[in-house]
This record gives sequence, structure tokens and C-alpha cells, in this order.
Amino acid sequence: MQAILVAVLNGDQAVSDLTLSQWDLLIRQARKSMLLGKLYYFIEDEFDLNKVPESVLRYLQSAHVHSTKQYTDLLWEIKHLEKVARQLGFPLVLLKGSAYAIAGLSAARGRIFSDIDLMVDKKNISLTEKQLMLNGWVSSSSDYYDQLYYRKWMHEIPPVHHVFRGSVLDVHHNIIPPTAKKSPDASLLMAQSHPLEGYDFMSALSPLDMIIHSATHLFYDGELDHGLRDLVDLDALIQSNQAMLKFEEKLLLRAFELGLQRPVFYALRYTHLILHTQIPSKVLQDSQRGVPNKALLKLMDFLFLRVLMPDHPSCNDRWTGFARWSLYMRSHWLRMPLSLLIPHLLRKSFLRLTGKEHH
Amino acid sequence: MTDIAKRLTTDGLVLQVGSFKYSIQTQYRSIVASIAILYTDFETLNKDDENIFIDFYISIEPTNIFGKFISRQAQFRFDGFIPFNSLPCQHAPAIIEWGMNWCVSSQINTHLIIHAAVIEKSGYAVVMPAPPGSGKSTLTAALIQEGWRLLSDELTIIDVETAHVVPFPRPVSLKNLSIDIIKERYPSVVFGPVSTDTSKGNVCHIKPPQLSVQQQFLECPVGGVIFPKYEQGVSAELIEIGKGQALMDVASNSFNYSRLGSAGFDVLHKVIDSASCYQFQYSQLDDAIAIFSALELGRE
Repeated sequence: MQAILVAVLNGDQAVSDLTLSQWDLLIRQARKSMLLGKLYYFIEDEFDLNKVPESVLRYLQSAHVHSTKQYTDLLWEIKHLEKVARQLGFPLVLLKGSAYAIAGLSAARGRIFSDIDLMVDKKNISLTEKQLMLNGWVSSSSDYYDQLYYRKWMHEIPPVHHVFRGSVLDVHHNIIPPTAKKSPDASLLMAQSHPLEGYDFMSALSPLDMIIHSATHLFYDGELDHGLRDLVDLDALIQSNQAMLKFEEKLLLRAFELGLQRPVFYALRYTHLILHTQIPSKVLQDSQRGVPNKALLKLMDFLFLRVLMPDHPSCNDRWTGFARWSLYMRSHWLRMPLSLLIPHLLRKSFLRLTGKEHH
Repeated sequence: MTDIAKRLTTDGLVLQVGSFKYSIQTQYRSIVASIAILYTDFETLNKDDENIFIDFYISIEPTNIFGKFISRQAQFRFDGFIPFNSLPCQHAPAIIEWGMNWCVSSQINTHLIIHAAVIEKSGYAVVMPAPPGSGKSTLTAALIQEGWRLLSDELTIIDVETAHVVPFPRPVSLKNLSIDIIKERYPSVVFGPVSTDTSKGNVCHIKPPQLSVQQQFLECPVGGVIFPKYEQGVSAELIEIGKGQALMDVASNSFNYSRLGSAGFDVLHKVIDSASCYQFQYSQLDDAIAIFSALELGRE
């Protein structure tokens, strides 16, 4: 049986027909998937908020208040960040949620985000870090191993937070770790980034690269804690680019150029399968050039079709736990060679066993 | 085993508390006992009803998968989500009360939620925001035995549209010496089990008056905002305070004032505008009760 949240989002289940106990489950799944704020707008667009039962409506409205507040807070942080960028003399490239919000994309409506993700050229990383520090952002981790691990092997430096306002930044120089098997040339991404409207020193990736980044984040980097939320992002990004002339063809070309055709194939496949995202059949066909072999695809379907469901007990079957674990291991396997991976995972499990770390 | 115990320990007991429906699940006998004592006047609902929307699914279980025989720590969960660390299982009855408060203060943004006790008389509510140790709960526990209606002991919930208080008449939490003081003054008050040595000392909850529970859907406007302060030896006195000051002080005691943005300011402005605002110091409950009964509310 399909998760009710997915059925509502893809149109299989009409909102007008929901019983109160179905609303109950819908709100629980959406809350767990960080999609309550999105659901507010979905119902406003596709149905009518006034027809939602009152006991249910307050959770949609509460989520709306929360996401609106987050957006206001984000604008304030971006103001401060642009000051830093101005001092640096080069733009900071916003990634993911904050980029969608500042670019005014529909993907940002009702979205909840925690950290602000930035990208700069690798050669500018230490300069950026210093300038951020002069403006109040300091490193959140004092652990020697963490610092070393991030700086040596990762595509970002350890997170920094603002000493007064508490805002957290992740500063990247690439979208996946350089140790990964498919790490793209970051300069190709930076070259096509462009200033955001209304800002001189804040930029975003090109619309195509935003999609490719989102796809890579979900289907390669393996951050699957909020898989469905990220899939909903992808759906919105794809839809808001549909109007672009020959958009899908360009998307595939660009994916091949960056060497990220596989995650883009998965993105098109699973947005289409799960959320019924409109994708021209020719493009779905063409994207097959990024397809894994048949057996692997069967396995991936088995895993992703479980893991991309809401992370709520009502959506789990006996294989869900195994699927989450497998994709977690896959993401690490894709991230770095075994010679790095094994010591890292051993250290992590030791810390977890001794209760010094929880995740 | 009673019906309540059976439902609590299997698929969950659904209680209507104020305007919220809680589904509560637990293996702890102490919580079963506590709920059987403190929540008898609340309506229970059938979980399998097609026409029921449950606001909060909560559970409190041992942290260890081997269960309560091995684990000494109890974990509160909100529909699987863990909002705060596990605590010693001896405190289970207190943890469930704190967890129920957390659900409202963290999830609801359609109302302004203030960390304050609130009581009602002749149609007007008196909101009493105060930090722990100010004697707010002791005062509340006494006043609700003296004819005041309990709207809430911990969370004052204010409708953003109407600026009225939405009742949430939960058990009143008493700490340390207050437990004995109330026991002595009002022998008929029903007490739940004591959680000893919590971070707040010994904690015990008293059963809310039956009439307050029966009127839990009856909202009312705010007539007074009073900041109580217990201080040994002082004579009881109401000191009028400026409205600007009162607004800032209530805002700083609110859980979601800043999240609500301008709507938060607007509703608080409305509340403060229509309320008499005082600081109140006292050392004797008798004097406090006398002063409260002489309050003339709803004049502003």
C-alpha cells in the first residue's frame, strides 16, 4: 500500500475524500518527513485550506508560521553574509534550500532548512573561513580528528556557527568529496554560477546544476534522512524548469559533462515513479544512457522505493531497515576508497558503542 | 487490570485534554497509576474511530531494548521523535507531564504560548508568568481550591485571533515544601505519585478540579496579568506596573513569541491592553487569597 502522504502529493488520493483518521496519518507522515510546511502550500494550491477540518488545519498553519519565520531569518543571515562576500571581493555561492529561497523558486515554499550551505573556489576556502571568523562565525567542532577528516578528505570544512545569532554555515568547495568515485570538476559548476536577483555578491548555481546537485546529494551522497523531502525538492525544481526550451535535453548533456548522469537518471526515474513528475518520455528514454545494468536497477528500485518513503513506522515493511542500512553503506562506499572508509567507520562505531556519539 | 491500564500498555490510551487529543503509551506502572489518579475526569476516546484526529502520539519507555528490568532510564518520544534525553525511570510520572507540555509548546504556532499559570473568575482570566521558584504553582494550587477555575498551571494558550485564553487544565505541579503546605491546608486534594530527586527536587502533581475539566472548552478574555513572587516575611502587596514593561516581560516568558512574528506582538498587545498588570509579592497564602478575591477584573 502506498504511503498516504505520497498518494496525496502525487494526486492518487484526493484531499477532499480524506477521513479524519486519514488526515491524522497524513499529518504524522508529513511532520516526520519535514513536509508539513510544503503540505500547507500544496493544499492551498490544489484544494482549499478553508475546507480542511479545524483540528487538522492548526498543524498546517503552525508549520506555515514556522517556515515563514525561517525565511525571514534566512533573509537576515544572507544580508550579513553578503557583507562578508563584499569584504572578500568575490561572490559566495548559495546551495540547496537557501539558494531556492533567495532565488524565489517554488521549491522553497514551506521548506524547512537548518544550515546555510555555501560554495567557494577551493583556493579561496581559507580566506573565506578567516573572513567569516572576523564576522563572528567560528568552528563548531574542536575535535582534532573531525577537523583533520573534514579538511583532508571532505568537500567542505567543519561547520561554523555564529557566536551571537547561532546560524550554522557549511562552507563547501565541491558538491561531493574529492575522494568520491565520481567527483565532478568544481570549476565547471562555479563557472556557470550567477548572481542572485537583488544581490551583488550572493550567487547560485545555474538552474540545471541546482537539479544535478540536488540529485547527486540524494542519490550519490546518500543523505537519506529526509529522502522524500529531497525528492519533493527535485520535483519542484524539475517542474519550474519545464518551461525552459529543450530543458531536459540540456539537463542530460550537462549531467554527462559533469560525469553525474547516474544520479540524474535516478532523480528522473524516482520523481516520476513516486511523485508522478511530468517528464517527457523521450527524456526518460534518453536518460537510460545513465542506467545501471538490469540486476543493479532492480536492486536500486528495491532499496530506493523503500527509503524514499516517509521515515514513519506506518510506512515501513520488514525490509525498510535493511534498505536504509544498505544505502548508508553504499553512500560511504561511493564517497571514499576502502582504505579510508574502514578506519573511519570503525572509529564511528566505536564512539557510538561507547556512547560518545549518537550519529 | 483496569481498562485504562490495558490501553496504556497496549496500543495507547486516548485522552481529551483541553483542545488536544493525546495518545499515551507506556509500560511503566507508575505512569499507569498516576494517570488513573489524575486524569479520571477527562474523556477517553476510542482510537479506532474513523472520525478521530489525534494531536499527539506520545510514549515513554525504557531506553534499553531489554526493557525496564535492565534499563533504569526512561525515554519520552513524540511519534517516534526524541525531543530530550532520557531521565531516571523513577521520574516517569513527571516526565510524561513535561512531555505533554513540550508537545504543545513546540508544535503549536496558531496560538501564543506563554510559560505561565492561568486561572479564571467571573469570566476573566488572570495570567501569572513567573520563573520557577516564584511560588506560582503553590499560589495556583491554593486559588483553585478557593473558587477560581484552573485554565492551566504551566502553559497559557492564547488564541491569536480572539486574544482569549484556551483552557488546558492539566494537573498542577508542586515541588518540595509546597507539597506539604497544600496537603495540610486542603486535605481533600488528590495527589499523584511523587517523583523524588528530579532536577527540580521532589515533584508531585495534584488532580485538577472536576469543574475545571468539565469547562475545558470554555475560553475567556484576559482581565489581569500578575507576576507573583514569593518572599519570606514580606506582606502581601499588589504593585501596578507599566504596560510596556508588562508586555516585554510576558514576551520573554513566551515559547513562540518571536516565531509568530507580528501576529505575536499584535495579540500580546491586545491582551496587555485589556488587562490590569501587577507585580505581586506575598509570603502568606491567606493574604494572597484575600487580595486575589478582591481583584476587580475586566475594567480596562
